[in-house]
Amino acid sequence: MAKTDVSAAGPLPETAPTGAGRSIGDVFRAAEIDARLVGMILALAAIWIGFHILSGGIFLTPRNLWNLSVQTAVVAIMATGMVLVIVERHIDLSVGSLMAAVGMVMGLLQSDWLPSAIGFDHPATWVIALVAGLVLGAVIGGFQGVVVAYVGVPSFIVTLGGLLVWRGVAWWLASGQTIAPMDSNFRLLGGGSEGTIGGTWSWIVGVIACVGVVALQMQRRRERARYGFRLRPMGIEVGIAAGACVAILAAIAVLNRYYLPPLLAERRGAPPGAQISLGLAYPVLITIGVTILMTVLATRRRFGRYVYSIGGNPEAAELGGIKTKRTVVKTFALMGTLVGLAGAVQIARLNAAVSSLGTGMELSVIAAAVIGGTSFSGGIGTIPGAVLGALVMQSLVSGMVLMGIEAPLQDIVVGIVLVSAVAIDTTIRRRTAV
Amino acid sequence: MAVTETSQRTRLVEMRNIRVAFGGVHAVDGVSVDLYPGEIVGLVGGNGAGKTTLIRTLSGAHPADSGEILIDGEPVDIQTPRDAKHLGIETIYQTLALADNIDAPANVFLGREITTRFGFLDSSAMEDATRKLMQRLNPKFRSFVAPVSSLSGGQRQSVAIARAVHFNARILIMDEPTAALGPAETAEVRDLIRQLRSEGIGIFLISHDIHDVFDLSDRISVMLQGKLVGTVDKDDVNVDEVLAMIIMGKKPGEVTQKDIAELH
Repeated sequence: MAKTDVSAAGPLPETAPTGAGRSIGDVFRAAEIDARLVGMILALAAIWIGFHILSGGIFLTPRNLWNLSVQTAVVAIMATGMVLVIVERHIDLSVGSLMAAVGMVMGLLQSDWLPSAIGFDHPATWVIALVAGLVLGAVIGGFQGVVVAYVGVPSFIVTLGGLLVWRGVAWWLASGQTIAPMDSNFRLLGGGSEGTIGGTWSWIVGVIACVGVVALQMQRRRERARYGFRLRPMGIEVGIAAGACVAILAAIAVLNRYYLPPLLAERRGAPPGAQISLGLAYPVLITIGVTILMTVLATRRRFGRYVYSIGGNPEAAELGGIKTKRTVVKTFALMGTLVGLAGAVQIARLNAAVSSLGTGMELSVIAAAVIGGTSFSGGIGTIPGAVLGALVMQSLVSGMVLMGIEAPLQDIVVGIVLVSAVAIDTTIRRRTAV
Repeated sequence: MAVTETSQRTRLVEMRNIRVAFGGVHAVDGVSVDLYPGEIVGLVGGNGAGKTTLIRTLSGAHPADSGEILIDGEPVDIQTPRDAKHLGIETIYQTLALADNIDAPANVFLGREITTRFGFLDSSAMEDATRKLMQRLNPKFRSFVAPVSSLSGGQRQSVAIARAVHFNARILIMDEPTAALGPAETAEVRDLIRQLRSEGIGIFLISHDIHDVFDLSDRISVMLQGKLVGTVDKDDVNVDEVLAMIIMGKKPGEVTQKDIAELH
């Protein structure tokens, strides 16, 4: 009987699902790879290749990709914090205005207040200004968090108020004047031809990153082995490590192929014809650091666990003994700190603090988090996803600028992509939910 | 044996004259109940009788407006779920109170995560502990890495129970522990409740199901409209008498044959 079954043509309904019957989702799960993140990387690759072809081959160039990396930094830094805010079922509409207010204080510190005390371009100026910005951001963010958590005003309202208040404060601080120039050390935070770590250091950072990836994987494997848990197949383990290292080093190689313009190189005393690699810009380095730190905070610390559990079920978190209100305040304070950091990068890039700094940027930040897979129903979202979301958004804008598409059409495209991305995500989530 | 005898006589929990009001409504109006180690006290009553509200004052979910709670004869102040947990009081809520978006180990250890020396979450240790726990509670349980939203009702119940028993609870509050379960799972939970009692844990069991309560409880406390009708030894009463308490608020001695006839 068995023989007849096997030789019979067509599907065998009674056979247990084997390797051939496994869906892509199962494969990803077995390999413990975040399918959503892979999907986003593929989407980003499609956007890049598409723009490269449409723009006549000027998108995927070291110069454009270098600029893209720097342009993405400010939104990406804030998006990492916005993920946690949205995961907690809150929202922060004040980030653009807060950035202006904090940026204005940092600008005034280095161009006005500190020079009268310690002189202009003092070596300590940039540290004082930066720390002041981070602390001020944390305090204001934390204050908004207190009103949300303890007074019970919905975060939409609190931060909508913040959007108006901090914009007004930014204008009022300098009566709407532009504050410039910035301290020369501080300016490095914004990137530019000076604000990079150069070719050699970029390679060193790349190699350290590769070593870090491999070390983390080995440590995780050892730990799982210690408890006798199922391990990832060695081939997949090696494949992931190799893939990550190739990606890291390729990115460094591309950024290192963007050279200092000859005129600037000569001014720095380089021999004529010498090619000086720009490599990783400081804002990009900051973004990478923030992404790693925030990912650790979100996934490996109690704080992150609490943020996600509050988002998943606020009542359960409360009954579990979590200090939910304190966690909400911390989340908003963290968001404010990141706004301060992003503001520092932004005024350093512009070499000026203006009261219109970051106008409308709250929407870009929220869009980046949402395109990155953060769900407004709470509890779901990842930090690397949000950074990728910021990169997708900036890629769209940058690509359309290269193609000479006018601004109104750019907005239309970005808007459609935002809604489509969430529509696709929601559909997939509904289909795969068990 | 004498030692056992005296420890048996020390009340594990004593709730005296508990009052909780919402607005002008007295949800719980001067109720006193108690619990001994290794005992199951069934808490029954119709909808809105105040069972859950009473028990939430013990679990720290909603502090009492007035009244006293004594643990081991000592007065205690329970304002938050954390306070209750510190006293060894664990609660399995009717809603289960799980964070659906995170996995089973994360839910079991929610609020009490295992961390490494440097304060990082020790996910492997938590998964390992959860696996061992489930071996005891529900050997068929396999989903240790999926969000609990993808689990069945019985599996979710297992997670909620695992969370309550892992931390060496001395007092367990179970609010409708079998409401969402099928017959086989209900039987498993009943076995588990008996096992926990044999380990010396005191259990408050809230249930709509009078048979559930009769099957498991040593004593039964009946509430009606926020007040305690009375507490009876299960062996001294029958189901009809308890039903009379629940519905009419009449104690066994006061019930007439006519009342019983009316119930049917």
